[in-house]
Amino acid sequence: MALQKKKTPMKEQAPEERIKNFNEVPFGYSDDEAVVEAERCLQCKHQPCVEGCPVHVPIPQFIQAVIDGDVEEAGQILKSKNNLPAVCGRVCPQEEQCENVCVMGIKNEPVAIGRLERYVADYNMERGSDKSSAAELEKMKVPELEGRKAAVIGAGPAGLTAAADLAKYGLDVTIFEALHETGGVLRYGIPEFRLPKKIVDQEVEAIKELGVDIQLNVVVGKSITVDELFAKGYESVFIGVGAGLPRFLNIPGENLNGVYSANEFLTRVNLMKAFKYPEYKTPVVVGDKVAVVGAGNVAMDAARTAKRLGAEDVYIVYRRAEEQMPARSEEIHHAQEEGIEFKLLNNPVAIHGEDGRVARMECQQMKLGEKDDSGRRRPIPIEGSNWMLDLDTVIIAIGQNPNPLLTSNTKDLKTKSWGGIEVNDDQQTSREGVYAGGDVVTGAATVIKAMGAGKTAAENIKNYLLEKSKK
Amino acid sequence: MYEILEKEVLAPTITKLKVKAPMIAEKTKPGNFIILRVDEKGERIPLTVADYDRETGVISIIFQEVGYSTKLLGKMDKGDQIQDIVGPLGHHIDLEGYEKVVLLGGGSGTALLYPKVRGFYEQGAEVISITGARTKNLIILEEELEKYSDRLFIATDDGSYGHHGYVTDILKDLMEKEDDIDLVVAIGPVPMMKAVADMTKEYGIKTIVSLNTIMVDGTGMCGACRVTVGGERKFTCVDGPAFDAHQVDFEELMNRLNFYQNEEDLVHDTAVEEDK
Repeated sequence: MALQKKKTPMKEQAPEERIKNFNEVPFGYSDDEAVVEAERCLQCKHQPCVEGCPVHVPIPQFIQAVIDGDVEEAGQILKSKNNLPAVCGRVCPQEEQCENVCVMGIKNEPVAIGRLERYVADYNMERGSDKSSAAELEKMKVPELEGRKAAVIGAGPAGLTAAADLAKYGLDVTIFEALHETGGVLRYGIPEFRLPKKIVDQEVEAIKELGVDIQLNVVVGKSITVDELFAKGYESVFIGVGAGLPRFLNIPGENLNGVYSANEFLTRVNLMKAFKYPEYKTPVVVGDKVAVVGAGNVAMDAARTAKRLGAEDVYIVYRRAEEQMPARSEEIHHAQEEGIEFKLLNNPVAIHGEDGRVARMECQQMKLGEKDDSGRRRPIPIEGSNWMLDLDTVIIAIGQNPNPLLTSNTKDLKTKSWGGIEVNDDQQTSREGVYAGGDVVTGAATVIKAMGAGKTAAENIKNYLLEKSKK
Repeated sequence: MYEILEKEVLAPTITKLKVKAPMIAEKTKPGNFIILRVDEKGERIPLTVADYDRETGVISIIFQEVGYSTKLLGKMDKGDQIQDIVGPLGHHIDLEGYEKVVLLGGGSGTALLYPKVRGFYEQGAEVISITGARTKNLIILEEELEKYSDRLFIATDDGSYGHHGYVTDILKDLMEKEDDIDLVVAIGPVPMMKAVADMTKEYGIKTIVSLNTIMVDGTGMCGACRVTVGGERKFTCVDGPAFDAHQVDFEELMNRLNFYQNEEDLVHDTAVEEDK
């Protein structure tokens, strides 16, 4: 059989259709497409893809199981390392991880590992075979840990992963979540059209079935402190509260009505379901002309969401150039297909209003200069190049800092100058028994990196508790 | 789910609910607030905790029916369940170090004022409370304020009860006659808080206002509640809700509070249609 050089394409909604709905854009592989793609895997002995994966999924093995027609087995292999495969198959930046080091990718397109992961996860979810098998659970159980209490703060990707592994070890795990729903950024941040919320529900359900108790509406640091958790008999605490504090540009006019942080805009739409307003009671106002400032994944999500809410002209305004945009190329491509206009090398300097509402944004054109500390060519303002962009709404998507609500209310927890929690290689913080991982440690990063940190933390919490009981 | 144990209508459109929420009752201090969601499709709305009982694990919330969600909450009864309540949120107010405090509450703002009145009184400060409303039957918590105040003044716009005029008239009078007031606390509609701030600034008296901005999560995540205080951006939910009144940009605050007026009207109209 001739070698298939390119990835097997995945069917998706046409751009002109999908901008009118919030349904998921790609449809996923059929059984046949999955097998065709799986057969592209070279099954290399040294398996660089496994190393490229932050949670070390045995990728060639699960792909082999797909070829063998045993998709349930493939699911178990995924689940052995990844507690949220249906999520990762959709939102992981595979092109920078497993697929980036795929041997097939040296001369051709790499194997579509992400698409296959999604296929396997969805296949098993639909059939209810997405839970870890009894045999797998038996293998992970640590008798000495049975019934001992572990606390996890935050029900996002890091917390859910840590909780699942801790429960598999036999611990009695409670997750404390500040919002009224689980999922963290998977729920409030990533839009329905990229990650359907029923997928998040099902992944969380599978974790609950491991015996994890989830308490919603509990803000640790306010409702209860870390010290009080220990006093209540929890022997370890994992902090995975994410990077929730939105950054602003600090330019004039940012408090005008019609200026949103991306967090607020996406939370209104995703968590509070403003896209179903007025059935759901939380409103969001987009108007006809929307600018999103920033060019990361969150910016693409906000722009594509604004389009779906009926905005006619949606712009990405970014002070650097195309090759420097931090968003996944797939997301940029989708945004372009949907008619999002890119105003690159433009830096917002002021937002002007009329009657207290956004009317236009003043932008200054930029050019690229020498490389800066991040290795990217520094944008330099062009004098006298200011121009006005007429707008109804501005969405600021230039990143988040860790939320100090927990750290400032927790004694002896060391943080870095920018607010992130300090940890060692084991994800252990400056306090005994307290571990942390995900965006609250790294600053805004990816779902899979947060999951990797949750996994590492869980393993080290296990070792810590075993060591502790020997004393 | 959080069960409503008691309901009391304090005035037309102003209601008090006692709700079982042990974790919140355990931690609340004067000035903290909660965020609640009436039902599955509801907004997250911030409300001040008017009272709390650590022993029984019960909190009291007092609210005025101003929009769709508070109207819906007003329709709920003893035995009904509130979908979500989270808290205590925000900074509590620092009660120590004051000897003579004047506290002003306008309309339903009096409900937010009450825990502070009680807090300062129990702390040993001399407490002068001033509460005002449009008309007599909108005056709330008179008995409670009486109990925890050394002096209580009442004002109504129409003169149907107490002083005929505004709470600020009484404040001005006090400041003229008494020069040992340490602190003024004002909670109510923005124009009232602004008027108090302008007035006390002249007399150089430290003044605190508690802001009721639009919020979504209430934990610092969204920034919807941002206000300008002393030229800096602050988040009401995590930096407030109480701020130095002389530093707050009230014009901006008023503008931001009106952002969703059209949408609020739409939800209201839809609800009226559904009721028919």
